[in-house]
Amino acid sequence: MTADLAFRLGEDLEAAFPDVVAGYGQAVFTTALRMAGRAEDAADLAAETFLRAYVALRSYPPARRAELQLRPWLLTIVLNLVRNEARAASRRPAQVAFDAWTCPNGRDGAPETPEDSAQRHDGQARLGALLTRLPDGQRTAVVLRHVVGLPYAEVATVMGCPEGTAKSHVARGLQRLRASIPEEAP
Amino acid sequence: MTVPLTDDDPLAAELAELAVPAPAGFDDSVFARWVEADGPLGALYVAFTDVGISYVCPTSWLGDDRDRFVEYFRTRFGRPLRPADRAPSGLAAALRSGRGTGLRYDLRTVGAFDRAVLAKTLEIPPGEIRPYAWIAREIGHPAAVRAAGSALGRNPVPILIPCHRVVRSDGMPGNYGFGPQLKVDLLRFEQVDLDESRALGRRGVRYVASDTTGIYCYPSCTSARRITAGHRVEVADAAAAAAAGYRPCRHCRPAAGVA
Repeated sequence: MTADLAFRLGEDLEAAFPDVVAGYGQAVFTTALRMAGRAEDAADLAAETFLRAYVALRSYPPARRAELQLRPWLLTIVLNLVRNEARAASRRPAQVAFDAWTCPNGRDGAPETPEDSAQRHDGQARLGALLTRLPDGQRTAVVLRHVVGLPYAEVATVMGCPEGTAKSHVARGLQRLRASIPEEAP
Repeated sequence: MTVPLTDDDPLAAELAELAVPAPAGFDDSVFARWVEADGPLGALYVAFTDVGISYVCPTSWLGDDRDRFVEYFRTRFGRPLRPADRAPSGLAAALRSGRGTGLRYDLRTVGAFDRAVLAKTLEIPPGEIRPYAWIAREIGHPAAVRAAGSALGRNPVPILIPCHRVVRSDGMPGNYGFGPQLKVDLLRFEQVDLDESRALGRRGVRYVASDTTGIYCYPSCTSARRITAGHRVEVADAAAAAAAGYRPCRHCRPAAGVA
């Protein structure tokens, strides 16, 4: 899909751009959510990512658009935005992240009736929260490889490191995650 | 200790479940949409986002050329633009009534000062006018009269945020983003008496007062227009009004905050 879509972006940016948003919305949003940790921030960061991409694409000559590796390019943009946002937030007064795991049933507070579904969401929220506590490099690598599902080569491209480094970031990240997951009673 | 084969890890499967589709309506936080709408004096291009209306322009200003409008918007706002199925709710009513107060606006690309100017301008009802100095005073920057004028010149949502209702202190209409003639036409359409406003300005009269209520107003204020001829008193400025014992109208707030 990537090569074809990039080619179409080269031909007609405006006609192809909706497909960029449709095709990579999930990868960009997921990355923003799992790196930033809060859903509202993630939606804003993801939208901002596509707007930055749009402005950049308009400034690129068609040949450059046609050759873009869209997914790693978009994920690089969203990771930069997440980092900038985190830096800006660290300069603001401390704020308790009102995270999914404090109210796993959503903002309206309506309890989810099927118990196991609630438990599954709980588990996801907890795992998501644990992810945000990994050191930066490991978290990025684990999110890109295992949550977004990129091949290692693409993880390395996004992180700007050799593939071997990306692999070891992922391995250490998983180890650390596993160590931080409390044993669950059956 | 061995490095685990991470791809076979059960944890990897759990992590894969953390992928989440972009929220519903995500498209609308990226793409703006546009419609053509009937304005008071002809068709308008209106662009809006999920936050609110972000841009308004008479179609005639862009030679009735949709492509030119779309391209202009994309360049100015750095946002992709697609046609909308329908206009934002309340748009047609706001254009008919000349009251844009009930609509939502997307002014994220507008600076804080400009936004304060626009919010204040939104309060001016159809059929009334206020001087640039009134805006500056009301937003707490009485010296920033020129800056207020520039902010109005950059108004991305004219007509709806009625910058055409802000005029010079001497009663002359002053400039407009789409040319001074359109400003005059819009004000005439709203039945503002520009000839009276000019005549008063020439005589150095800023306000009119009622000698029965003891209240003074901008001449275009609804309350001022209700004063009967026999009780209507022309007032040069706030000092003269105070000297005559008049108090400022609470609706149009002439010389608010001026001693």
